[in-house]
Amino acid sequence: MEAAELLEISWRSLWVAGLATLLAALPAVPLGLWLALKGGGGIFGRILLYAGLALPSVVVGLFFYLLLSRSGPLGSLGLLYTPYAMVLAEVVLAFPLIAAFVLSGARGRVEEVRLLVRSLGGKEGQVLPTLFWESRRTLAAALAAGFGGAISEVGAATLVGGDIRHHTRVLTTAIVVETRKGELESALALGFILLGVALLVTALLVVLERE
Amino acid sequence: MRFALAPLLLALASVPALGLRLATTTSVYDSGLLDRLLPAFERATGVRVEVLAVGTGQALRLAERKDVDGVLVHAPDLEGEALKRGIIAQPFCLAQNSFLLVGPQRDPARIREVGDVLEALRRIARAQAPFVSRGDRSGTHLKELELWRKAGITPQGGWYLESGAGMGQTLVLAAEKGAYTLSDLATHLTLGRKLGLEALYRREDPLLLNQYTYYLVPRGAKAKEAETLRRFLATEEAARLVEGLRVEGSPLFKPLRGRCIIPEGGGR
Repeated sequence: MEAAELLEISWRSLWVAGLATLLAALPAVPLGLWLALKGGGGIFGRILLYAGLALPSVVVGLFFYLLLSRSGPLGSLGLLYTPYAMVLAEVVLAFPLIAAFVLSGARGRVEEVRLLVRSLGGKEGQVLPTLFWESRRTLAAALAAGFGGAISEVGAATLVGGDIRHHTRVLTTAIVVETRKGELESALALGFILLGVALLVTALLVVLERE
Repeated sequence: MRFALAPLLLALASVPALGLRLATTTSVYDSGLLDRLLPAFERATGVRVEVLAVGTGQALRLAERKDVDGVLVHAPDLEGEALKRGIIAQPFCLAQNSFLLVGPQRDPARIREVGDVLEALRRIARAQAPFVSRGDRSGTHLKELELWRKAGITPQGGWYLESGAGMGQTLVLAAEKGAYTLSDLATHLTLGRKLGLEALYRREDPLLLNQYTYYLVPRGAKAKEAETLRRFLATEEAARLVEGLRVEGSPLFKPLRGRCIIPEGGGR
């Protein structure tokens, strides 16, 4: 495989997973914090959220396939077999990962933060933003988990992306294709790039977290 | 995290408009045939083609849901049925080659010496020698089932393995298990030989004819572009490109230039 195509596939993997992580984090982070504030969201809330961690990616892929297919309810959008369909599916997969990480990270600090806010004369409404600020370190881990889940995903990416060359092929689907063709060296090289990209992004998050 | 947003937005803006979607079989894709044909087509017409490599069965399902605009497939019975139901239209016979029985060099069922493919299958079943089936409703799988039926055998038991995978992966499995399998010529030449599998039965046999046909999906989103591709495939340039595809000197496909038996529909 040529360097240009390798770069293209890596870049697509990166932005699809990155965008999915950001879109998932927007609702997942507040949800995780809010559940922490409510004492963990009750047993049912937690069961539901943690069950989301076991969401099979092919089921998510199948669901979005049926939804986005031209014969499906959202078919007129023409989103099936585009990178955006992959982003959508990966948002759903990254969402519980991020929310669960934020919840478990913030849960232990709620009382501490509440006392802190009160002692400084703050109102209850200020607890959530303070909690967010105080758990920013967990946030890096949560984003890394969400991103890691999204970029290493292959089942849903294949179903809704279709692994179209120059269009929806990403690192994981390319590994499947190269293996299928018996090009094991290319597949292995792609695997190392995938590991490298994941390592780089995680390193970036950890460095940011230190500040 | 704010600075991470800029390249993401940039990436969003740089995604090109949708092109014509063509569903095809893994054998056509992995052989490199489309890598020869499509760049020439895109240069000549400016129409971009996005290729989905799936089995024939899945390609026709995609056509039924209008998720693709054209298909290039090789299962005459399925195609006939889909033609009748109006899922696909306007066949153009593009290329042909043949199926062959491949297997381990030591040939435990001794099919090398057989003069008839059905007899070869009977020998494999009698010896209970491992046989890998695609099991995925692809053109190759349907051909295999047809051959077993004609041989009067219902393949079942521990020796009959279903891979549920594309041709390449099935050849890998066959090589690992020391098993026989039915392969198309192109994938065997590009991959099977590398794995140490041998073409044990490869005669000129009408039963083993493998014919690839292009169809339009009526009222697809890119019907005009699909028609443009049909016209291109009918050109002498396309036929020459098909003919010129070789692996170590062996041609992979023979161009049909539109001349072949069009499936009538239903079982033949």
